[in-house]
Amino acid sequence: MRPGMKKALACGAVPFLALVAALPFINRLRPTVLGLPFVLFWILAWVALTPVFLFLADRFLRKSDGKDENR
Amino acid sequence: MTPALLIILGVILASGAVGVVAGRRVPMNLENWAVGGRKFGVIVIWLLMAGEVYTTFTFLGASGWAYSKGAPTYYILIYGTLAYTLSFFILPEIWKIGKREGLHTQPDFFAYVFKSRWLGVLVAVIGILSLLPYLQLQLAGLGMIVEVASDGAVSSTAAILLAFLLTSAFVLTSGLHGSAWVSVIKDILMLTAVGIVGFGIPRIHFGSIGRMFQALIEKAPDHLVLPGASPAQGVPWVMSTVLLTGMGFYMWPQLFGTAFSAKNDRIIRRNAIIMPLYQIPIVLIFFVGFTAFLILPGLSNGDLSLLSLVRETYPSWFVGFVGAAGAVTAMVPASVLVLTAAALLAKNIYRAGFRPQASDHEVMRVSRWMVFFVSAAALVFALLLPNALVNLLLIGYDGVAQFFPGVVLGLSWKRVTRTGVAAGLISGLAVAAFLVFGKHDPVFGLNAGFVALAVNAAVTVAVSLAKRPAAEPAR
Repeated sequence: MRPGMKKALACGAVPFLALVAALPFINRLRPTVLGLPFVLFWILAWVALTPVFLFLADRFLRKSDGKDENR
Repeated sequence: MTPALLIILGVILASGAVGVVAGRRVPMNLENWAVGGRKFGVIVIWLLMAGEVYTTFTFLGASGWAYSKGAPTYYILIYGTLAYTLSFFILPEIWKIGKREGLHTQPDFFAYVFKSRWLGVLVAVIGILSLLPYLQLQLAGLGMIVEVASDGAVSSTAAILLAFLLTSAFVLTSGLHGSAWVSVIKDILMLTAVGIVGFGIPRIHFGSIGRMFQALIEKAPDHLVLPGASPAQGVPWVMSTVLLTGMGFYMWPQLFGTAFSAKNDRIIRRNAIIMPLYQIPIVLIFFVGFTAFLILPGLSNGDLSLLSLVRETYPSWFVGFVGAAGAVTAMVPASVLVLTAAALLAKNIYRAGFRPQASDHEVMRVSRWMVFFVSAAALVFALLLPNALVNLLLIGYDGVAQFFPGVVLGLSWKRVTRTGVAAGLISGLAVAAFLVFGKHDPVFGLNAGFVALAVNAAVTVAVSLAKRPAAEPAR
């Protein structure tokens, strides 16, 4: 496995934990947040946060690329 | 001619014209036609992928489910996000092999990675059988949207004929370039329509989105948490469904193929990073479905809830605008579906199955004939035999998702064999067909396709391990 890939995969696992594994625990109406049912707010928030984790994953991969070769 | 009609026809004609013009300065060989010459940058790739992903189902289905099922509709928001996360890791590797080996299609990938022409043919056949009903669904959605939005002035049949003939025309002349440029029109119109309707409708009827939810919580609190109004679709169903559809997403041959059109693998990664943001507007479509649940209870077809409520709320010219956005929303995915089906038929069935000596030039010529053939077939199914492909549609996602273990293991595990992949694929399909057609979906609360996928993965690994490692030729 190329260096940095482990960290990148860990970042990639976060949306799966938040949007799949956590589902049984967050399937609730209250408290409502910004007027939204809690479950919908949670899903929406994690959809919006996923790019942050993918951005971090990209940085880990690029860092290791930079060491291997000059791109 | 009413303003609504003028807007609908104007947008359809303009989209067709843009699509045809898009390819005029590009010499049409197989490489340019099927994968845009592998020259698409981050913006074009984003427009194209977004254009393919947001289909008429997004318009009608997401609001329809919010209306009739409630919370299970949330799965639509989740699975795309999972798919983009997976694509961040998988698609760049597919792109690299595609670039190095000059691949154009998904069956090309299987045939190359597993050194098996016939595995490629099998993948092509499964792909085409999954694409055709999906294409028909786009056309049916298009007809329905235009007919309702024009208040019956344009019949569903006329809308399908006009929009789809233009679509086929630009596929013929411009290939993937045409789809990419029409996506620009589509994404702008669609996002504008969704933005106005999604924020506007709850506001107009309830004062704000929060108050709409307050009213809904008072009237039907269970509608907003799983399983909503659909007891079979609870938490385990959503979990298994988002995993299945998240993994299956880029296994659709047309989306898999888009990956080949990028200029480099960095672009694919950057695209995967931003794509989840494009999921967020779907929540606005949920708002419309939920508002319709309160304002227009008792509709027989939930898929019409968005259009019915838009008609109830806005002047007719704006309804026409939404109809126009809906029509071009069907045209872009339809164009890529036609292109992909034609390329699969010409390259992976005609050449791989019958004429290995055919040149790329000949494959290109055959592809163009196949555009006619696929378009004609789709029209026949959409207009004359609307129910013929219903069973295939039910199993379409379950079917393409079965490619996932082969793709991932092919990229990452040296011991996987073509026999293992073929055995896994066939057993996965058999399990999916048995469960879905036997009305055992969901099975133990889980999505049947997910169960099939698990069987597939287990069979692929087991059959691959049964072969001694040394016996496998070096790849």
